[in-house]
Amino acid sequence: MGDILRDAWTIARKDLILEFRSRTAFLSAAVFTALVLTVFNFGRDPTAVPTLDLAPSILWVTFTFAAMLALNRAFQLELENQALDGLLVAPLSRHSIYWAKLIANLVFVGTVEAVGLPLFVLFFNVDIGGVLAPLLGVIALATIGFVAVGTLFSAMVIKTRFAELMLPVLLLPFLIPPLIGAVQVTAALFSGRPLSEVQGWLRLLAAYDVGFVTLATLLFPATVNE
Amino acid sequence: MTLLNRGRLLTIVGLVLLGAVYVRALAFTPTEASQGLAQKIFYIHVPAAVWAETSMILIGIASAFFLFLKDPRLDRFAEASAQVGTVFAAVVLTTGPIWGKPIWGTWWTWDARLTLTLLLFFIYVGYLVLRGAITEPGLRARYSAVLGICGLVLVPFIHFSVLLFRTLHPQPVILKPSAPSLPAVMLTTWLFSFCVFTLLYIGFVTQTYALLLRREAGPPAHG
Amino acid sequence: MLSGENLQHAFGPVRALDGISFSLTAGQTLVLFGPNGAGKTTLLKVLAGLIEPQAGRAQVEGGRAAIGWIGHQSHLYGYLTVRENLLFWARLYHVPPAQARRRAEELLARLDMTERGDVQVRVLSRGLMQRATIARALIHDPKVLLLDEPFTGLDLAAAAEFRELLAEFAGTGRIIVLATHNVDEGVELATDIAFQSRGKFVHLAPRANRSAAEIADSYRQLVGIDGGRGKRG
Repeated sequence: MGDILRDAWTIARKDLILEFRSRTAFLSAAVFTALVLTVFNFGRDPTAVPTLDLAPSILWVTFTFAAMLALNRAFQLELENQALDGLLVAPLSRHSIYWAKLIANLVFVGTVEAVGLPLFVLFFNVDIGGVLAPLLGVIALATIGFVAVGTLFSAMVIKTRFAELMLPVLLLPFLIPPLIGAVQVTAALFSGRPLSEVQGWLRLLAAYDVGFVTLATLLFPATVNE
Repeated sequence: MTLLNRGRLLTIVGLVLLGAVYVRALAFTPTEASQGLAQKIFYIHVPAAVWAETSMILIGIASAFFLFLKDPRLDRFAEASAQVGTVFAAVVLTTGPIWGKPIWGTWWTWDARLTLTLLLFFIYVGYLVLRGAITEPGLRARYSAVLGICGLVLVPFIHFSVLLFRTLHPQPVILKPSAPSLPAVMLTTWLFSFCVFTLLYIGFVTQTYALLLRREAGPPAHG
Repeated sequence: MLSGENLQHAFGPVRALDGISFSLTAGQTLVLFGPNGAGKTTLLKVLAGLIEPQAGRAQVEGGRAAIGWIGHQSHLYGYLTVRENLLFWARLYHVPPAQARRRAEELLARLDMTERGDVQVRVLSRGLMQRATIARALIHDPKVLLLDEPFTGLDLAAAAEFRELLAEFAGTGRIIVLATHNVDEGVELATDIAFQSRGKFVHLAPRANRSAAEIADSYRQLVGIDGGRGKRG
């Protein structure tokens, strides 16, 4: 187990260094997030529907789409010079490769969210001061679920012709349960309702994370072994 | 009898029996008091929904076995079941509004069954699109199996989400007819219809499976 | 010690491996000739552990840790420097860091790339990239080297250098399996020759004292295709 995480970290670190050096993917994702938030602003009538009602949905739709854009990046990186074959020949467990991509994707998506959240607060004037900690908690919980399944699917989709289109088509149905949960919990937080009211959703998110991280870890070798 | 013909036979018998179900439903089963004639759609709507979901579960199980056993028959079954499941899901999604409009006044409602079936429909379409995008048979089978298993695991989460959502935002409870508190005569018609749909599922899957087998074998040699 | 036992593998209707068996011990260099589509890449991938054969078994003593692989691509990351690439791969092969650094410098020196060590791979010329690829494959001191058409795209000078390096490597008691479709490449290095056609070994024998011309002749006879020197016969 320790070996798997150590090797995963070696690869994840390499991914993050590469990402930091080329920066293209991160900048695109960050700008995309800002643009989506901007579009949402013009897509509503603030006099008709109070912002607070829409805010949770806006936040989560934005995060979901930004995450999906970012996910293909992880395996795209290995396509250049077919480095993936190199990883597969090395004496690593296949699970390490999944965990490496999972960790790198989490850091990447997390960073994009760290840019998006302040922008969201700014654009929509939402007061998250009192609920920052639980909000970050639910963001983390939902993001883990999205990225766990998304990393698995991107490994498959990368081999098809229209990877950027395929990934959302396959992934979105799987994101709906955690997405609903995230929106419900966020809505409760924004309107000052106690977390105990949304316990069921929190449990759903946690179960989803545990279930799909485990499942994806187990299934990942099937996507790279021939 | 070839597999294809067996499949066709089952399907034809099934369709004839479906006609019989309707004769019974329209002529011999009393009309439900509050909903009137529209309620009769329920005899198609619900069994189709049950089989759309069961089909997904069967695909998941077949996929799991495929990853261990690597038997191409399991993969072929999964593909056949996916095609049939998509059609059944489409039936649910079209009969739903047809039932809904006269009763609730709206074409669509986010009730448990329709929501679940809609998501199943998306997963089916994704599954078929993925299969269509990969030409190499070994890779296609493996990737489909991965997706199939994920679909199976997602089903309970969808149920739970929908359940949680409804307890927080109760929907109008006009959907009672789906509960087994049906008068005996309606229940019988429903069970009859369910058996017919089971037959149709088996018939369609057998036919599709046979056609897939035939397509794999390629054009027949001549001379 | 490396062996394949009745290896079978098909991609749909195409049999890439149809009952291949052989074994090699330390010091042997097997050069594998065959036209495109004969299944050479599949055989190498099975030996490297990239493909699980549908039947039969491949064994390499020491497992994946003992294998150095050079395929058609470099497996190098463009935005990392040569040194960073080498150290990354060394870490994946669990080479202790101090030893990895030392070995990286040795390889860079041997390949005449020391000053280019801190250049990002994406700006390297093809020839330098090939040298960096070799360094990558050797960084963990593998006992077995598997090469899939490594001369592709190399000019004469680079190819000659590469042959020298391989000869050196072969001399140290390792096993090399080199696949190529061109008889001229690598024949001198071979201790054993194999011809692969449509998934089978139609010839597997020690090289003895045969010259390249003789080998090309028997290749043409057994496989029916010119050994890369001219058009298809």
